[in-house]
Amino acid sequence: MNLTLRVWRQAGPDAPGRFETYRATDVSPDSSFLEMLDAVNEELIGDNEEPIEFMHDCREGICGTCGMMINGQAHGPRAETATCQLHMRSFSDGDEIVLEPWRAAGFPIVKDLVVDRAAFDRIIEAGGYITVDTGSAPDANLIPIEKDAADLAMDAAACIGCGACVAACPNGAAQLFTSAKMQQLNLLPQGQPERYQRAESMVEVMEEHFGSCTNMGECEAACPKGISIDFIAMMNKDYRKAKFKNRRTA
Amino acid sequence: MATSTSQPASTKRTPFLVELYRSALGKKYVMAITGIVGLGYVFAHMVGNLKLYQSPEDFNRYAEFLRELLYPIAPQSAVLNILRLVLILALVGHVVAAYQLTIMNRRARPESYRGKRDYVVADFAARTMRWTGVIVLLFLVYHLADLTWGWANPAAAGATPYEKVIASFSVPAVAAFYLVANLALGVHLYHGFWSLFQSMGWTNRRFNAWRRSLAIAFTVVVVGGNLSFPIAVQVGLIS
Amino acid sequence: MTVLDAKVPSGPIETKWEHHKFDMKLVAPNNKRKFEIIVVGTGLAGASAAATLGELGYRVKAFTYHDSARRAHSISAQGGINAAKDYHGEGDSIYRLFYDTVKGGDYRSREANVYRLAEVSNHIIDQCVAQGVPFAREYGGLLDNRSFGGAQVRRTFYARGQTGQQLLLGAYQALARQVKAGTVELHTNAEMLELVVADGRAVGIITRDLITGRIERHSAHAVVLGTGGYANVFYLSTMAMTSNATAAWRAHRKGAFFANPCYTQIHPTAIPSSDEFQSKLTLMSESLRNDGRIWVPKDPDESRPVAQIPEEDRDYYLERKYPSYGNLAPRDISSRAAKVSVDRGQGVGPLKNGVYLDFADAIARLGRDAVAAKYGNLFDMYASITGEDAYQIPMRIYPAPHYTMGGLWVDYHLQTTIPGLFSIGEANYSDHGANRLGASALMQGLADGYFVLPYTIGDYLAPMLGQPKVDTSAGEFDAAEAEVRGRVEHYLGVQGTRSVDWFHRELGKIMWDYCGMGRNKAGLEKALSEIPALRAEFESDVRVLGGAESLNSSLEKVGRVADFFELGELMCRDALVREESCGGHFREEHQTEDGEALRDDENFAHVTAWEWSGASGAPTEHREQLEFETLELTTRSYK
Repeated sequence: MNLTLRVWRQAGPDAPGRFETYRATDVSPDSSFLEMLDAVNEELIGDNEEPIEFMHDCREGICGTCGMMINGQAHGPRAETATCQLHMRSFSDGDEIVLEPWRAAGFPIVKDLVVDRAAFDRIIEAGGYITVDTGSAPDANLIPIEKDAADLAMDAAACIGCGACVAACPNGAAQLFTSAKMQQLNLLPQGQPERYQRAESMVEVMEEHFGSCTNMGECEAACPKGISIDFIAMMNKDYRKAKFKNRRTA
Repeated sequence: MATSTSQPASTKRTPFLVELYRSALGKKYVMAITGIVGLGYVFAHMVGNLKLYQSPEDFNRYAEFLRELLYPIAPQSAVLNILRLVLILALVGHVVAAYQLTIMNRRARPESYRGKRDYVVADFAARTMRWTGVIVLLFLVYHLADLTWGWANPAAAGATPYEKVIASFSVPAVAAFYLVANLALGVHLYHGFWSLFQSMGWTNRRFNAWRRSLAIAFTVVVVGGNLSFPIAVQVGLIS
Repeated sequence: MTVLDAKVPSGPIETKWEHHKFDMKLVAPNNKRKFEIIVVGTGLAGASAAATLGELGYRVKAFTYHDSARRAHSISAQGGINAAKDYHGEGDSIYRLFYDTVKGGDYRSREANVYRLAEVSNHIIDQCVAQGVPFAREYGGLLDNRSFGGAQVRRTFYARGQTGQQLLLGAYQALARQVKAGTVELHTNAEMLELVVADGRAVGIITRDLITGRIERHSAHAVVLGTGGYANVFYLSTMAMTSNATAAWRAHRKGAFFANPCYTQIHPTAIPSSDEFQSKLTLMSESLRNDGRIWVPKDPDESRPVAQIPEEDRDYYLERKYPSYGNLAPRDISSRAAKVSVDRGQGVGPLKNGVYLDFADAIARLGRDAVAAKYGNLFDMYASITGEDAYQIPMRIYPAPHYTMGGLWVDYHLQTTIPGLFSIGEANYSDHGANRLGASALMQGLADGYFVLPYTIGDYLAPMLGQPKVDTSAGEFDAAEAEVRGRVEHYLGVQGTRSVDWFHRELGKIMWDYCGMGRNKAGLEKALSEIPALRAEFESDVRVLGGAESLNSSLEKVGRVADFFELGELMCRDALVREESCGGHFREEHQTEDGEALRDDENFAHVTAWEWSGASGAPTEHREQLEFETLELTTRSYK
C-alpha cells in the first residue's frame, strides 16, 4: 500500500516546528508502524535528508519508549496497542497519516517526535517505591496476599510509563500514570507503612508538572495496557486521607 | 517537593482544608462536594416545581412554605436564607475551583496539537463542561432576575409566583432560552454526576458499572421535569 | 596464552561463598561515602547494583543511554525468575538448581559461581516481594510457580507474562529511592563511549549526552558495567533496537578479556519473520511450552489446512526425540530441532520458516478461559503481530538470537582483567556456560547486582581508603576523550552512500548464516573473510547525516555497529577454535549419530578469553580451566 505522511519536524527544543509531507510506498500490511517509518528514513537518508527522529526501543510493547500522536490519537487507532505494536494492516492504501509528538508542558519536545518524559521519574522518586534495603527482606511467603489484591496490583503495575495518558488527556494530566504506580504499592500489604506519605508526595510532584483530571477517560482509552481509571479514584481517596493523617502524625 | 518526613516539623500549620485545597485534587473535592449540593438543589427544585401541575394555589403555597421552613422555631425566611447562603457558597466554590483548574490545565498544555484530535471516549459532555457551566451560570442570573427578584419578569408588580412563571414562559423566546439552558444543564449534570464518584474516590468494582446509568437516570429525571414546564405553558397545558 | 585464575575460594562448594564473605576486606559504613563508583547500565543488574551500593553508603554515579532508568531491555523478559525455594515440596534445593544450571550450561560454566547464584536466588525472591513486585499468587495467597525448560520442578516465579518488567521496575524504584536520597547521581541519555584506564586500573568513563551531544568525563574509584548482551550483532534478534556491545567492547579494547563470545543463545519461541524489512524478532515466552505442543507436518509438501492434518501426519518432534522433557527441552536443543525440521523443508507458514506451537490440546483439557488466564497477553501480542488467532490455529514459531552467554571475563569477584572494572549481568561471562536455562537471566542479573557485587567490590576498594580518585584533567582522560571525539568526527565525515542500518543488516546476515544455530569450519572462515571486507566498505561508505550537537540516532548507531563488526569477527574466531559442540555452540563437524551436540571435555573444558591486540593484529587467546570438583561431567541428555 501507499501512504502519505504528514510528520512534525522540529530541529530542537526551542526551534520552530512544522509539518513535512513524505510518501511511504510499497508498505507491507504485515510490517509494523515503526518499520514503515524505518523505510521512510532509509529513503530520506538516500536523499541526503536527515531522518525523522522518533522514540522506540524494544518494539514489543513493554519498554514504554515509543509513542506519538497518530491521526490525533495517542499510539494510533488500535486499542491497547503501543505504537511499536501497531501494524500497517490497521491502515488502508491511500491513507494520510498525521504524526505529532506528545504535547504537554511536562513533556518538552527534544526533536521531531521525541519528547522528554523525565517528569515521570520525578514522580517515582517522590515516593513510588517501598523502602526496603537489600538483604533486609523476610521470607517471601511470610505474608500471604489475597490473590485478588495481587492481581489488582499487577493490573496497575502493568504501566509501561509511555506517557500516552498525558498525551491523550485534554488537560495534559498524569493521573493515570501516577495512580497506577501509586496504587500498585498501596494495594499490597508491603506498601502500607508508607501508603499515605507516598500518596501525598507523588500527587504533589505530579501537580508541579502536569494538569488536573476532569474524568474524561481519554487516558484509559489511550493506555496501551488498558489501565483503569479506577486507580485514579483510589488515588484521590488516598490523597485526601493522607492530607489528614500525615498532619496528625507530623 | 520533599516528602513530609524530610521536612522539619513546622510549629504552625495552615488549616487542613486550606492545605488540601491548595492541590488540584483538593480543588476537585470542592468541585465534587459543591456539585453534590447543586445536584441536591436542582432535584429538589424540580420536584417542588411539579406543583405547577397541581394548581396555582398549591404552587403559591409551596413558595410561601419555603419562607416558613422551621417557622416558628426559626424566624421567617431564616432557613431559606441559610439555604440560599449555602447554595451561593457552593456556587462560588464550584466556579472559583473550576476557574483555577482551567488555568492549571492550560498551563499543562501550552501548545495544543496541530493536527486534529480524534477523541476515543471523551464525550461531548466531558469536553464541554466549561461551556455548559458558563451557559448555566448566565441562565442562573437571568432566572433569578426573572422569577426571584422579578426585574426581568413580564408580569405586573405584585403578581403571585405562579403568575410570574406563566407570564415568563408564555413568551416564546424566554421559553426557548429555558429549554436551551436546561439542555446545557443536563449535559453538565450528566458528566458532573458521573465524575464526582471519581473525584470523591468512591470506587467499587461492583457498582462502578452503574455510575453511568445512574448519571443518565438522574439527568433525565431532573432535566425532563424542568423542560416540561415551559413546554406545558407553551402548549397551553397550564395557564 | 596464559591460564587465568578465577580466584575461586577453597573449601566445600556449599560454604565457599559464606566463608569468603568473611574473608573479604570490608569498608566501614562511615568510610563508604569516601568512595565513588560508576555503574553503567540500569537494567536488572545495573539498577540493582547502583541501588544497593547507594543503600550501603557509597557515592554512586549511574548511567543509562535510555531516557529513563526503567527502559533497559531487562524489561522485556516475559517468563519468570528461578529460585530454589521449593515452595511446592517437589524436592527442589539449592543443589538441584545449581546442578540443573551447570548441566543446562553443558558443563561450560564455573561451578563456584553457579552455586553462589543458586544460593542467593532465594534472597532475590524475598527482596523483590518486599519491594512490591506483584508475583502471581495462588488462591491461598502464597506465591505461585510454573515450570520452565531444563527443569523437572516448578521453581519459576512469574508476574503474568511481564516478569522482567516487574523485576526491573522493582530495581528501578529502589534506584529512584537512592536518587531521592542523594546517594545515586543518575545520568539519563548518557552513553558510555570509552573506558578510562590509568596505571592499569579502571578510573572513569567518557560519555556522550545523546540529547545535547556533550562529551563528558566521569571519574571514580571503580567502574561497573551492567550493559547487557550483544545479540544485536545478528541485526535480527529479540533484543531492543538500541541494545549494543559498545561499553563492553570499549572495555575489551582497553584490556578486559572477552570470554566465550561464540556462546549465543537462540531462543526457540520467537515469531518467524514476515519479510526482509523486519527490524526485530518478537519473542513469545518460553512458558508457552508448558502447555503448547510443538510439531511440523511429516510431509514437506503438506498442503492441507492445519486443522485437517491428522495426528498421524504430524511430527511432534520434541516429544518424539526427548520423551522425558518433551516440549520443555532446553532452549538450545529445542532451537536446533526446529532448525532441523525447517531445513528438511517441513517448515510452516507462508515462508515455510516456522514450526507450530499448538494449544488445541491445552484448550480442550483446561478450557479456553484457563489458557487465556495464563497466556492471554501473549496470545494478544501474537495476534497483533501476525493477525492470527492462536486460540483457533496454532502459533508459528522459530528460533531467534536472544541472549549471549559470552561476555567480559570475570573472576569470582565479578572483576574483569582490568582491576577496578567489574562486569555484572548479561555483560559478563559467568554463570550460564554454553547455554542459559529459561528464567535464569533475571536471576543472574539480580544476583550479581543485589547480592554479589556489593560485597566483592568492597574487597577491591578497602585497600584504597584515603586515595583520591583520579582527576578528570589527567592525561588518560584527555586521550580517551580525544578517541571519542575522533570517532564521532570520522563517521560524520565519511559522507558515504549507505545507511548504518544497511551495513548492520548485511553484517547480521553473515553472522546468522555462518555463526548462528549451526557452525562449521568452512562457513566460519568465510565469515572471517567477509566481515573485514564489509567493515572496510562501512568505514568508507557509511552515511551519517546531521550533526553531533543534537539528538542523532544514526550517529549513535554508527559507533555501535562499528563495534559489532569487531565483535562479530571475534565470535567467528572463537567459534572456529572451539572444535566441539556444546550448548548454544553447535559445530556441525562435532555431533553424535543422531545429531546431538558432541562435547570434547578433554580438550575444551575451559573458558576461552580473548585479549585485544590492536585493530590489525589477531587477538590473543587465554584460557581458564574449568574445574569440576563437585559435579561429574556427563553427557547432557534430556531423553
